[in-house]
Amino acid sequence: MKKLVALLLAAIMVLSMAAIASADEEGKVLNIYCWNDEFKTRVEKFYTFPEGITVNWVITPSDNGAYQLALDDALKAQATADADKKVDMFLVEADYAVKYVDTAYTLDVIADLGLTEADVADMYQYTKDIMTDSNGILKGLSWQACPGGFIYRRDYAQEILGVSEPDQVQEYLSDWDKFDAVAAQAKEKGIFMLSGYDDAYRCFSDNMETPWVVDGVIVKDPAIEAWITMTKKYTENGWNNKANLWSPESGAGATKDGKVFGYFGPAWFIDFCLAGWTLDDSSAPAALGNGSWGEWGFCEGPVGFSWGGTWVCAAAGTDNLTLVADLMKTMTCNKDVLVDIVKEYGDFTNNVPAMTEMAASDFSNAFLGGQNYLGLMLKNAQNINRAQSTMYDQACSECIQNAMADYYNGVVSLDEAWDNYFANVEERHPDLTH
Amino acid sequence: MSAVSQPALKRKSISYSKWGYIFLIPFFTAFIIFTLIPLANTFYNSFFENYAKGLEDVGPNYIGFQNYVKIFTKESLDKYLLNTLIMWILGFVPQIVVSLLLAVWFTDLNLKIKGQGFFKTVIYMPNLIMASSFAMLFFVLFSDAGPINSLLETLGIGKYRFLTYAPGTRGLVALMNFMMWFGNTTILLMSGVMGIDTALYEASQIDGANGWQTFWRITIPLLRPIMAYTLITSMIGGLQMFDVPQILTKGSGTPNRMSMTVIMKLNNYLGTSYNYGMGGALSVIMFVITAILSLLVFRALTRESRENAKQRKALAKGGVRL
Amino acid sequence: MSTVTNPRNRDRAGRTGLYVYRVIAYFVLIVLSLLCLFFFYVLLINATRNHADIQKGFSILPGKNFTNNWNSLMSNSELPIFRGMLNSLLVSSLVAILSTYFSALTAYAIHAYDFKLKNFAFKFILLIMMVPSQVSALGFVKLVRSMGLMNTFLPLFLPSIAAPAVFFFMKQYMDSVLPMEIIEAARIDGSGEYYTFNAIILPIMKPAIAVQAIFTFVGAWNNYFTPALILKEKNMKTLPILIAQLRSADWLKFDMGQVYMAIALAILPIMIVYFLLSRYIVAGVTLGSVKG
Repeated sequence: MKKLVALLLAAIMVLSMAAIASADEEGKVLNIYCWNDEFKTRVEKFYTFPEGITVNWVITPSDNGAYQLALDDALKAQATADADKKVDMFLVEADYAVKYVDTAYTLDVIADLGLTEADVADMYQYTKDIMTDSNGILKGLSWQACPGGFIYRRDYAQEILGVSEPDQVQEYLSDWDKFDAVAAQAKEKGIFMLSGYDDAYRCFSDNMETPWVVDGVIVKDPAIEAWITMTKKYTENGWNNKANLWSPESGAGATKDGKVFGYFGPAWFIDFCLAGWTLDDSSAPAALGNGSWGEWGFCEGPVGFSWGGTWVCAAAGTDNLTLVADLMKTMTCNKDVLVDIVKEYGDFTNNVPAMTEMAASDFSNAFLGGQNYLGLMLKNAQNINRAQSTMYDQACSECIQNAMADYYNGVVSLDEAWDNYFANVEERHPDLTH
Repeated sequence: MSAVSQPALKRKSISYSKWGYIFLIPFFTAFIIFTLIPLANTFYNSFFENYAKGLEDVGPNYIGFQNYVKIFTKESLDKYLLNTLIMWILGFVPQIVVSLLLAVWFTDLNLKIKGQGFFKTVIYMPNLIMASSFAMLFFVLFSDAGPINSLLETLGIGKYRFLTYAPGTRGLVALMNFMMWFGNTTILLMSGVMGIDTALYEASQIDGANGWQTFWRITIPLLRPIMAYTLITSMIGGLQMFDVPQILTKGSGTPNRMSMTVIMKLNNYLGTSYNYGMGGALSVIMFVITAILSLLVFRALTRESRENAKQRKALAKGGVRL
Repeated sequence: MSTVTNPRNRDRAGRTGLYVYRVIAYFVLIVLSLLCLFFFYVLLINATRNHADIQKGFSILPGKNFTNNWNSLMSNSELPIFRGMLNSLLVSSLVAILSTYFSALTAYAIHAYDFKLKNFAFKFILLIMMVPSQVSALGFVKLVRSMGLMNTFLPLFLPSIAAPAVFFFMKQYMDSVLPMEIIEAARIDGSGEYYTFNAIILPIMKPAIAVQAIFTFVGAWNNYFTPALILKEKNMKTLPILIAQLRSADWLKFDMGQVYMAIALAILPIMIVYFLLSRYIVAGVTLGSVKG
């Protein structure tokens, strides 16, 4: 009963705060909470703040949960904080977005901020699904989308399959059985189909049938079990290079002499990871002939999936409601800005017409041998289903990858690995059982 | 001499005792404000169910000893305690041996090590690097295709996947702790050795004691207070081991949670859901364990040092007379 | 007189032994020193390499990316690295000064005076030492917020007035080197108690103070945990927070070259402080020895 009253009080406070804020008098200080300057650089490039507004970027690194700790503290103090100290906006990642979405701390994009359904109509459905709370209310928006595919070595494709063009290679990789068959063929040529344990993880975790947690119970999802079976098989058959994600081995596999056929990843993985890893001489220009640079191709692979992404939320209690709404609208709904972001930063932006236009243009990626891969990404982006998100996703994803690595390495049995996984998740979330 | 100073001391203890209290004021004021209050909070919290479920607070609800019961029955505390102790001992034993050896070498009158300034300065330097940066380096150096493994292959020993197996991971944690702390321990021991009256060494030399005898009869007994300090602080530091294994294993304590320390577990309680209840209970248990271990060590060492004090006095008198 | 000739004979016989002993000692010292320097070498080398090269592994030769790493670090407006250095310098110096001075004072109170609660106070402080620092951290943050001290340096250095481990060291050191006779002599000369401590005891404690000053300074310099909870404004942040911020940059901005450049920069000032104080330690023999 006491709890209920407290909750009601909190809700009333938050609501009244929102009401006060929407009055004509708005604050002069805008506080934006984030963990790096990714959004900041884009805003400073494409948005002009009105005269007299001070923008405070409160940056806390995400190391060891520090960002969420700082944000949670600030949000909980929101009701009593001075107007100029209140959180106005904050950024979240896909893996923990639900924690904030399903609370009264985030504002309704439509009803509170005044954006229209038409404003957000061109966004990929999955980017809205993640930000939609249990009552179907949209709580945040993103300027980017992170659909992925399979990025492969053209020379190895030629060697293994006798073809190298993306549409031809895709025929050999369009489902997991075919993918396995190619892995077996690659092994005969001394080539690893995948780099290591976590490479295919997002393909499965992004296509789960059930959420990670149902009614406080951690469940074993068939898609995750399929990932485990597959990865164990790949490890035992020598179809992968036993590398952990972000380990030095993972990067070395992509060099000219590296024996890895391909990697699953989104646009940022190509530009940011592979493009650098593949160079023999990093101080020479990135061009064909420098390592394996330029000898890669992009195909859809067996399933559509996404990896990463940053969303913007408006904090309940903000005293800059109009400004926050305008900033969000400009940065996530304005097609011209989103096209400019693609050109300036190489993001895959969250706007179907903009990306369709780019896909049909002469946009090409030299790393992928001049391929315009945006069309394939678009197709994958529209197939992503992220309606299963829970606020436990971050803990579950991290814990399952760590626990299962022991199983793949042969250090523990499958049951022990699951037990370690359950123990780890339950330490982090005491409200869960299995 | 002792006959004169004894009553004098007693008289003073009456007239000066208030200064003892006065000099303790700053310490205890700072302590009460910044440590005792948060600590009392921790003890208090251990009897409550109190954590965050997302942004919503659960509790605090008074649940008596349930958090403690859960830790002892369901949370395999013994496993993590054992992990912690093993990794600490693996690092501490070589650390104290090497440090003692170096401290003795540096102060040995016969050995006359040249370039002492250089060596003393260099061995402490790893401690200047942040633990996180150090762990980043080790992660790369000992990776499956890293330089250490290339070296092992060249030597014909073969590759070893250090971070895949428990002995490898624990060994690396111990090695890092050793590298980071042996210089520190050497300096501590040396400051102890430097405090020893050189007349004692001169006297023992004239008495015909060799280096070995001097070491066991003079250096070790007089170093005992500093050694007790080293052992106890290292043990406390060891029981609180956190950042090295945390960063080396990316917080997971792999493989099979065999490099997971108690404080890493505490971090898991606190990091995501601010579980003050379980975190508080685990802290209290750790506090009790540390206190018992430290008192045992302290008692064992001070009892011996009392016995040795007699020897030392006898030696000192001899030294002065000569 | 016969006792004098004996050791001399043995000296001659043991000369080869001593020679071997010396060779072993130098060998061990050189190997350990090379190991210690090796880590610095790798850190510095990595500061000259670019992100992709660092991710692919390790190199013994420097890269060509020094200026790039330097420029990208300097142009990063969210990372005021020199401001961070100043902040770290301020906090660490205050921690070193406060913790050594007050620990010596506290140890002196226990060492030099007899009073009813002396034993209790000593044991109590030892008990405090056993509290894991992570244990009270969250309570500490709550307290700091309620005192309105978030985003200030006060909660980072004031608590170091009560540094049990430093106190314990000072106490052990006094047990080894500080006889009561010195204090008594000062009293006979009419010196006040507080004056005695500052003018006579502190100089005797110099080696111990120098050692602990280095340790506490380094500890504070590299401390990430508590400052990360207290300092939020970018111009207040200390170096470890800035480096962690750099390390947790997202994939698009994440640049190991920049990270290593920042680490290398963070080590430089502390090396200077260390070299200044370490000379003091090496020379401490004559300062600290108490005859009699």
